[in-house]
Amino acid sequence: MGIKNNRLSTEELVANFSDIHPPFEHAEGAILEANRCINCYDAPCTKSCPTSIDVPLFIKQISSGNIKGSARTIFTSNIMGGGCSKVCPVEKLCEGACVYNLREEEPISIAKLQRYSTGIAIHEKWKLFERKPSNGKKVAVVGAGPAGLACAHALSLQGIDVTVFEKEEKGGGLMTYGVAAYKVTPESCKEEVDYITSIGGIDIQYKKELGKDISLAELQKKYDAVFLGIGVGIARELSIPGEELEGVEDAISFIYNLRTNDYAKISVGDKVAVIGMGMTAIDAATQSKRLGAKEVTMIYRRTENEKPCTDVELDLAKLDGCSFIWLAAPKEIIGENGKAKKLVCTKMKLGEPDASGRRAPVDTGETFTIEVDMVIKAAGQIPFEELVAKADIKNNSGKISINNKAETNLKGVFAGGDAVNGGKEVVDAVQAGKDAAKGILEFLKAH
Amino acid sequence: MANLQSTFLGIKSPNPFWLASAPPTDKKINVLRAFEAGWGGVVWKTLGSQVKNVSSRYSTLDYNGQKVMGFNNIELISDRPLEVNLKEIREVVREFPDRAMIVSLMADNDRKSWHEMVKKTEDTGAHGIELNFGCPHGMVERGMGASVGQDPEIAKMVVEWVMEVAKIPVITKLTPNVHSVVPAAQAVIAGGTNGLSLINTIQSVTGIDLDTLVPNPNVGGKSVFGGYCGPAVKPIALKFLTTLSQDKIAQKVPISGIGGISTWRDAVEFMLLGASNVQVCTAAMHYGFRIVRDMCDGMSNWMDEKGYKSIDEFVGLSVPNVTRWEELDINFHITAKIDQDKCIHCGLCYIACEDTSHQSIDIERGNPYNKYTIKEEECVGCNLCKIVCPVNDCITMEEHRKGPEYLNWIEFQKRGLPLNDH
Repeated sequence: MGIKNNRLSTEELVANFSDIHPPFEHAEGAILEANRCINCYDAPCTKSCPTSIDVPLFIKQISSGNIKGSARTIFTSNIMGGGCSKVCPVEKLCEGACVYNLREEEPISIAKLQRYSTGIAIHEKWKLFERKPSNGKKVAVVGAGPAGLACAHALSLQGIDVTVFEKEEKGGGLMTYGVAAYKVTPESCKEEVDYITSIGGIDIQYKKELGKDISLAELQKKYDAVFLGIGVGIARELSIPGEELEGVEDAISFIYNLRTNDYAKISVGDKVAVIGMGMTAIDAATQSKRLGAKEVTMIYRRTENEKPCTDVELDLAKLDGCSFIWLAAPKEIIGENGKAKKLVCTKMKLGEPDASGRRAPVDTGETFTIEVDMVIKAAGQIPFEELVAKADIKNNSGKISINNKAETNLKGVFAGGDAVNGGKEVVDAVQAGKDAAKGILEFLKAH
Repeated sequence: MANLQSTFLGIKSPNPFWLASAPPTDKKINVLRAFEAGWGGVVWKTLGSQVKNVSSRYSTLDYNGQKVMGFNNIELISDRPLEVNLKEIREVVREFPDRAMIVSLMADNDRKSWHEMVKKTEDTGAHGIELNFGCPHGMVERGMGASVGQDPEIAKMVVEWVMEVAKIPVITKLTPNVHSVVPAAQAVIAGGTNGLSLINTIQSVTGIDLDTLVPNPNVGGKSVFGGYCGPAVKPIALKFLTTLSQDKIAQKVPISGIGGISTWRDAVEFMLLGASNVQVCTAAMHYGFRIVRDMCDGMSNWMDEKGYKSIDEFVGLSVPNVTRWEELDINFHITAKIDQDKCIHCGLCYIACEDTSHQSIDIERGNPYNKYTIKEEECVGCNLCKIVCPVNDCITMEEHRKGPEYLNWIEFQKRGLPLNDH
């Protein structure tokens, strides 16, 4: 059948892409779970949250019926606490650190409780923060992703007038464009962006791309400070023969298309191979399956032990019926009439630990071939090296270098999020945005 | 299998679990269901001059998601016609001859009324009478219930009236709404009561609706003090019970223990402090009569484990273990110890001790888990850390005597021994 769209009925697509995070249906459920929390002191969950949300406090507030306070506790530390409660790999953050794990018991459903409070707050449009009167200072934020929005919110709170420049049509960054739709629905992304900006003092200008519609020099001139939250860009190439064949796509653009079009319009193959085992690889694999692909095979260089995605994510892919080939690396894509037909892989084995501390895959020289009609590359993204270099920003292979105040080598130009760390979790980007806002406020005070 | 057979003032029941005088024992239909479920006996809801009840009637104290930690009611005595109650009692006695049928009474405050009430009750074939001198709401305002129980002289007088005609055993139920239950107990014993039961409910306000600002239960926008019972009152009941068990006069008559009994454990505790049997209400109102199954089973298993063949063998065994403060051994000293293998690093022991006790726990910050250890020299052995620790046997209290011999406070003072220096 090959690559085609409209594989499933509208009903099937709606079901496949509905939110996999059902909320607590009733307050009782949330309170029951909240009361399971033993309220640790100097809580491991809080310490394991990159934004240091006071988890025991917000849970206690749910149990006491102070939902407003609970939402404020969360948003004070993490203004994207709503989205993070859906996309955070909590099993390796807060929930992974929950002391119940040490008793071999189910950890507290922190994310679900967080979804409860934040969901109500966003839905009810609770005004939980009061912005200080405008003080005349102006800051430009480039990128309306998690880092940019967190920075913008923190600045606006202090009376700074913020203008956000976003190259896409919507805010939310990878939340809106780069995560599986069943984790954060497009509607919830929009609601969240609207909620964050409802504090006032944040003007988002869409379809304004740095280096194209606006220049850094111009921003530096017009604004008192600039924050770069531009994320990472292009998908990493596999650098193997056949990559140009029809049917070979990168996961970022695959998910981007899926998030910006009707699901029915997105084409997938019968036999899809996904290269990589990170969160994005999982999102691409599961969503291929949910679009109606017959077979989805995930291929990874190392073993399950070294996989970058979490167990929960892997389970999602397993439950969706994806299959896995461990210890294999793509070697060549063979085509027929310009279309991908076969994927030749090299068998790998584990060698000595590499820089990441994980055992490195070593080529055994043996190969095998699988039938494919679509190959999705999810081997990571690379930063906007050219854009950054052109602006004379000090960087490390495109990853922007910053000091401990989140400032770049350019005075008054700050940066954070994926653009700096090369691609981490949404929650890390939020913290980076907060840190940068702090640096910017200090900078504005001194200048 | 241990024998749970109970005999209270000669009244036999297959187990020591009676349902207390309350809504669950108001009607034949309820009581039949209770006996079918396995209850040993019932105290039929208080009979007296017919009254009218209001709506609503109950409210509770809930805590951290646990419902009915405490229960409050403003219901009066039976609001059904006396004759209907008496007829139903007669029928139930006939249907379940092996179960104890006690009838709670609260007649109008004159000798004739009490005499009539006692006689009518005896005519039903009931096995015993319980005098309601404890109801703290509604009836008090009419000079009945707790207003009788709170005045030993009046209580004695009423008991005397009852005993003039009573042919079946009489139990007097005491109110806890007093400084001490001993004077009332001594007075009703002097008046001739055969046995005692306690506690009745405690006057209370369980809470307020924060929207309407009306306390619970709300009766058309107003509330009144109610009678409090349920798990929260158990410690108060046990204390009152102990004072009777330790009193030379009160200990001469058997006591039926009441107050927040929800499980076989609670029941055993009441009996260890001197109750010959127990009465239950709130737990049944929360979960239904089926709770008696585990009560019987749990008590029986515990008795087997401890080697008790019949319930009389353990009644009162803990009474001598409650002493006066002056007689406690000051040389007895314990300190906490944290089992690091069991510790889950929740920090609850640390923050409780640091904020509210004796700063006796060391913290070594880690990511994400801190390490907590006891500063033995600072620990006063208060139990707080052990109490808040969510892991069983993670914190244990180890004995480190301050001196080898028994030393009480009186002797301590006599010897002029030094007090704490910080």
